[in-house]
Amino acid sequence: MSQIPMDATLTEDQAPPKRRHHRLADNRWQPGELLLWAMPCLAFFVFEDHLLLGSQILITALFVLSLDLLIGYSGIVSLGHAAFFGTGAYTAGLLATHGWHEPLSGLLAACLVAGCLGFISSFLVVRGHGLTQLVVTLGLGLLLHETANKAAFITGGVDGLYGIELDMLLGRFEFDFIGKTAYLYSLAVLFICYVLIKRMLHSPFGLALRGMHEGPDRMPALGASINRRKTIMFTLSAAIAGLAGALLTHLTQFVGIDTLSFHRSAEAMIILILGGTGKLYGSLLGAGCFLVAHDMLSDLNPAYWQFWIGLLLVLVVLLAKGGMVAVLEGTQRRLFGGRK
Amino acid sequence: MFANVFGILFDGIAYGALLFLISIGLSITMGLMNFVNLAHGAFGALGGYVVVEAMTRFGVPFFACLPLAFIVTALTGALLERLLYRRLYGASPLDQVLFSIGLTFMAVAAAVYAWGPTQQPIKLPPSLQGRITVLGLELGVYRVFLTAVVAVITTALVLLLDRTRFGAQVRAAVDDPDVAVGTGIPVERVFAVTFALGSGLAGLGGALGIEVLGLDPNFPLKHMAYFLLVVAVGGSGSITGTLVAALLLGVFDVAGKYYVPEVGAFVIYALMVVLLTLFPAGIYGRRTS
Repeated sequence: MSQIPMDATLTEDQAPPKRRHHRLADNRWQPGELLLWAMPCLAFFVFEDHLLLGSQILITALFVLSLDLLIGYSGIVSLGHAAFFGTGAYTAGLLATHGWHEPLSGLLAACLVAGCLGFISSFLVVRGHGLTQLVVTLGLGLLLHETANKAAFITGGVDGLYGIELDMLLGRFEFDFIGKTAYLYSLAVLFICYVLIKRMLHSPFGLALRGMHEGPDRMPALGASINRRKTIMFTLSAAIAGLAGALLTHLTQFVGIDTLSFHRSAEAMIILILGGTGKLYGSLLGAGCFLVAHDMLSDLNPAYWQFWIGLLLVLVVLLAKGGMVAVLEGTQRRLFGGRK
Repeated sequence: MFANVFGILFDGIAYGALLFLISIGLSITMGLMNFVNLAHGAFGALGGYVVVEAMTRFGVPFFACLPLAFIVTALTGALLERLLYRRLYGASPLDQVLFSIGLTFMAVAAAVYAWGPTQQPIKLPPSLQGRITVLGLELGVYRVFLTAVVAVITTALVLLLDRTRFGAQVRAAVDDPDVAVGTGIPVERVFAVTFALGSGLAGLGGALGIEVLGLDPNFPLKHMAYFLLVVAVGGSGSITGTLVAALLLGVFDVAGKYYVPEVGAFVIYALMVVLLTLFPAGIYGRRTS
């Protein structure tokens, strides 16, 4: 109910005349979005032999989605988001190796633990700006990586955590060898998260986030605490990253120390930027394209893959701001004319 | 026992001095241009590779390689600044981070292509090998040399920034670039020269650091966290702050790894997170933003 007046004030105050704004209040699903979601469903039947890659894509998409909540919606740049991904992965893995084999409760536990950790660390992160924020998030990531590395008697150290056994999902579906169950399981979790996040972003809370984004100085004047909203978003983002980590554990039945590595944080950021920030489906699109490309070029020396990714990043920053989503939308606009 | 403590302290100081040498350029670019350059370590690696290449292929003596490393990286830095970095001054931190991560990835891949993925060996001249006894303490000759070089460079830097016309221009541009432009200071050129100087120092640091930090293509990523920590904890743009932070980090790192090897680098990261929570703008940070 309060959506329309808030929206109206924002229009008068901030919107530069040439930009079209306020698509956010529009909660409808766009055709492109539906098309995007049709693809993983279709892929389940068409690419039956590649379901493991498919599940990897879905899990990465969920992780990148959680990062988008920070970078795209709260203006927090994190260099250590893998900390929460890894926390979720290890929580799920440790539960399963210590006799708790039920997957869904393991998933929830991972989400809770990562969320709690996110809540605690949010106080360190939200306080700083710019460089401090980068370094604190990077430091947190390294801290957890080093902890997992040194606490080998719990985590298995660099060898990773083996011997994860899971019960059947919902007591009925076994985690099979070709990964049908894991694929649908990941898809369901990703979809539920997507719908909930989308709903949240279109609530008054989501509008306040937009307000923060567009006029960080004015929001406190309206009586809205920026730091509190950032804390909420950081916690939420950490919890979702934890979910993604737990899904990976359930998929591979193994936890490697690379779940906490800087490379994973950086890769998520790269996927997000290539896909497009601040648009939820940017992370899905980015994850799909990135991992498929990586898979197709897998016989390429990893160092050269890294070179092209680096070059792509530089070019995106210099030339194609907004990533693939922006390019696609630009094309759409040129083809079909502007949408009002 | 005491000799041991002092020996570790000295090793820590030598290590910190090296971190300072590499990080100071990053600190100045950060303070001067507000640019978060994650690719800074790549200049260090470049300096190291210049030395390796010059020594093994052309037989240039080690001492002559050091200025060479400085010059080559400074020129590379100047070139990149003019071609690329300049376009991103004033861009959002996210764009700068991505851009410089992209550059780092390219540099790492290029180094693998050119020199292979392995550690590069270095053969120090005999005059820098072995240990000497100073006041009853046994110290590594190379570490003494390293500390001395850094002390000389630090003094020169302080004099450059405090006593020369160029230094005054840099300080003015750090404090308020807009007003500096208004008073006729060629801020663009100051940026370029400073960037080149910072890259050159990183290259020199990388060259001196082969013996201490090692040199492989992953150098820029492996040590990035340390350089960033030094700058963030010291407060960007401050020579004193960077020096204090680098020495703190160096001593605690060496001591931590010696006395409590089972927790490893944990000590450092925890210490730095705590320091940054207490001083969000760094110990000597002048700006709160």
